[in-house]
Amino acid sequence: MDIIVCVKQVPDTTEVKIDPQTNTLIRQGVPSIVNPFDKNAVEAALQLKEQHGGKVTVISMGPPQAQESLKECLAMGADEAVLISDRAFGGADVLATSYTLAAAIRKIGRYDLVLCGKQAIDGDTAQVGPEIAEHLGIAQITYVAKLAVEGDNVRVEREHEDGYEILETKLPVLLSVVKSINEPRFPTIKGKMRASRTKIPVWGAADLAVDPDCIGLKGSPTQVRRIFTPPQRTQGVVIQKETARETVVELIAKLTDAKLV
Amino acid sequence: MLFELTEDQIMIQEMVRDFAVKAVAPGVAERDEACFFDRALVDQMGELGLNGLGFPEQYGGTGTDYLSYILAVEELSKVDDGIGVTLSATASLCAWPIYAYGTEEQKGKYLRPILEGRHMGAFGLTEPNAGTDAAAQQTTAVLDGEHYILNGSKMFITNAGEAETYVVFAMTDKAKGLKGITAFILEKGMPGFTFGKKEHKMGIHSSITMELIFQDVKVPKANLLGKEGEGFKIAMTTLDGGRIGIAAQALGIAQAALDHAVKYSKERVQFGKPICANQAIAFMLADMHTKVEAARLLTYRAAWLKQQNKPYSKEAAMAKMYAGDIAMEVTTDAVQIFGGYGYSAEYPVERLMRNAKITQIYEGTNQVQRMVISGALLR
Amino acid sequence: MAIRFTDACIGCGACEPICPFAAIEMKDGKAYNTEACTSCGACVDVCPVGAIVREAEEKKTAVNKDDYRHVWVYLELSDGRPRNVGLELLGEGRKLADAMGQQLAAVVLGERGAAEAGVKEAFAYGADKVYLVEGEAYKHYNTDAFTSAFADLIETHKPSVVLIGATNDGRDLAPRIACRVKTGLTADCTDLGIDEATGLVAWTRPAFGGNIMATILCADHRPQMGTVRPNVFKRPAPDYGRSGEVVVVAGKVGPQDARVKFIDLLRVCTASCNLEEAEVIVSGGRGMCNRENFALLEQLAEVLGGTVGASRAAVDAGWQSALQQVGQSGKTVGPKIYFAFGISGAIQHLAGMSSSDVVIAINKDPDAPIFKVADYGVVGDAMEILPIMIEEFKKLKGK
Repeated sequence: MDIIVCVKQVPDTTEVKIDPQTNTLIRQGVPSIVNPFDKNAVEAALQLKEQHGGKVTVISMGPPQAQESLKECLAMGADEAVLISDRAFGGADVLATSYTLAAAIRKIGRYDLVLCGKQAIDGDTAQVGPEIAEHLGIAQITYVAKLAVEGDNVRVEREHEDGYEILETKLPVLLSVVKSINEPRFPTIKGKMRASRTKIPVWGAADLAVDPDCIGLKGSPTQVRRIFTPPQRTQGVVIQKETARETVVELIAKLTDAKLV
Repeated sequence: MLFELTEDQIMIQEMVRDFAVKAVAPGVAERDEACFFDRALVDQMGELGLNGLGFPEQYGGTGTDYLSYILAVEELSKVDDGIGVTLSATASLCAWPIYAYGTEEQKGKYLRPILEGRHMGAFGLTEPNAGTDAAAQQTTAVLDGEHYILNGSKMFITNAGEAETYVVFAMTDKAKGLKGITAFILEKGMPGFTFGKKEHKMGIHSSITMELIFQDVKVPKANLLGKEGEGFKIAMTTLDGGRIGIAAQALGIAQAALDHAVKYSKERVQFGKPICANQAIAFMLADMHTKVEAARLLTYRAAWLKQQNKPYSKEAAMAKMYAGDIAMEVTTDAVQIFGGYGYSAEYPVERLMRNAKITQIYEGTNQVQRMVISGALLR
Repeated sequence: MAIRFTDACIGCGACEPICPFAAIEMKDGKAYNTEACTSCGACVDVCPVGAIVREAEEKKTAVNKDDYRHVWVYLELSDGRPRNVGLELLGEGRKLADAMGQQLAAVVLGERGAAEAGVKEAFAYGADKVYLVEGEAYKHYNTDAFTSAFADLIETHKPSVVLIGATNDGRDLAPRIACRVKTGLTADCTDLGIDEATGLVAWTRPAFGGNIMATILCADHRPQMGTVRPNVFKRPAPDYGRSGEVVVVAGKVGPQDARVKFIDLLRVCTASCNLEEAEVIVSGGRGMCNRENFALLEQLAEVLGGTVGASRAAVDAGWQSALQQVGQSGKTVGPKIYFAFGISGAIQHLAGMSSSDVVIAINKDPDAPIFKVADYGVVGDAMEILPIMIEEFKKLKGK
């Protein structure tokens, strides 16, 4: 089974802080990591490969530094990696990004399954996966929490507001996975060594069959108009009495006064 | 003179750090409190290839250099040094003597499973009455046809009970003293080879320490490690390397204590300012930091000498002695900086101070290290 | 609109740390933007010499924008009933439509005869018109069938704006449609408005784990599309006297055309554990110490008629199901009262619960960020406070 996994290098947004003076993002010291949900996708791919054989190819679109993330996926056990990188891809929104990634997937050619994380922790859109599927004209299932493949039958449990949907489909399909699907493995030392010595091919706009009007900023219908820090809720009162019981009684009194309970 | 790690070394350091933070750190307090040896965690380290660091690929190792292994022990020890010493006992004390003195058959049968992370190893030299005085060995091995018959016991053996493979020392000829000691490879499960009580220790609770008991254990001649009478040499050269591992453990402990102390001293506010604004605290931190860096240089240099196949026995002793001593000092100071909280098990420096003590004791007490260093100096 | 770094750059480096996307590099004493640049313009204002300029990019106009009129809201059904988010969006869509001087329409897809409630509610909550697609293929949500029906509607009736609730199904459907009709889509919006300069819809959404907000425009493509988080807008008051035109469209696809087959739904969440619709949420975090202690939260939730939620830390530790996670990568909630027990209040968590009316935080660390957003803060051990709170609330409710 040939699997293509789309990964994104993201700043570890759990480490990002806001400078209270300037109200801007403090990016310094924030490490770049493989988007955590994408690691779940890589793990799912590796497990399928262990069961069914085949090949796992990881692709990422981003600046040259994004090859570090691809190397991490290689160290986990992926067979091949391709970096999609070109200044012409800069400023791409969801439509242009998914168009470019779909073109790269077509260039790779053979695949049975495309796996993505449910969303990236910097953009949080959860849209690139479905749009890739649309560009490729294949079926999709998002929020996959359990996955089993038998022959070309795919059976999944999909996270839903009310519980888990059990869905079935056939290969090829694009799946986006949630965190609970698995626990991504740590890379082995040998995997790390192998990955660090691997030269990752870089595909630019000229390497892909893409329409220049559909990539990068030009191919992006949406533009960021403005960026600002979120308005803060105002801080309320802190209740701290001698004993825990007095504190709770005071809290409930305040809630009752405010007609909240 | 180069004081920078190579790309590969940094890569391994970061990788082990990531593993330590994500997989080792979550259970550290529970393991300490319950004296729980987490075999699954140790096996996971094996799968990642940590046992094979510093050994050639030919035998299942990773082909990386020795300093990479030392960096791994340091990183693990920063988070849980009981786990650090578990790796160190397997790799330095069991895998290394088999690699250095074993036959190709022994390497295939015993070394490869360890380096590939499927087995753990242990090293049995210390006896109730033979600690520093190794020549006082009472365990005996008597040749009987194709087998040696071992009788006796070993104590304070790290990884005992869990390890599949043991490098064990016994007297084959009492009359020859040190020259009468011989090394053997034992397997867990050999008839007559059992384990005594689990040691209740002051610290390193996440590692396991037990007695080995030999009652007429039939060890095939093929399991003789090196030659008859070479045991003392094997033990001493093994310990030379092992000491660098202990130095790395001590270094990890000291670094962790320093990191906790720096963080706490910036957060803890007394008299309206963080306590690090007091010179009394700031200067303590300066001394701690300097000691840690000095220990690091000694440790890395000893590892480098070993990698270069240069003599390193004295330097390993220096590294182990100094790193052990300063680990005790730095953790004591860290507890002091934390004040009352430092004495509470709720904060990690309490554990670090208990754990630091052992690094001054095992793999040769720091008094023995001074004997080694002065012996070399005055030769 | 691209960002260009001109020769006026003096290499002061002021812009470099400001960029949220690390897309500015210094080279040979000048700053320039890398391909990671998203043209957000955060750097433009910080440049002391005005060397960073925003330039209009020449674009082929994809469509004749004047052909596209009216605001559409997708009314997602669950067991034949519209989900709250759709009703919330009708309220918001009404405002947009009025501001643009256009109509508001609801789009409802369902099994024949099973979508009546949806149509009735759509009018009651402000729709002027309802597009109703009926057919067996729409009994359960299905990417292929829903996308094809929705995209056909768009191509035939050409709306200017399409709003879709950011539920799991909404987030599955919207990108598929947007890609098919080749337009822009803004995900997970928390605010909507009209951009004064252009008259376009201004889509505002959190990014970077909720650390920053971005306002996004879709200038040249139609329809302008976005998904909107549940619970960020209030439902308008319904007026069941309203009605309007229903455009019924027979679905072209049958169930056999859907490549993904629905087999079953394992219901984990009953009404009592539906976070998105809950009025009281009792959430627990790392400070709950273990899975067993969540039973206490269940008790409090029962006393208050609420639902139990969890922080990412508690879900990661396996104490609660991922379906109960509140936050940037979990659910967005907007209850009347939100209790946070032993939750430190990472920005990712705040992004999921800050539209709650009242937040009550219980944490033993007085510096925990959760207190900054709490209306009522209690400094103390969650495990000590919780049993007392259950007792006291029981007393209160018993009266």
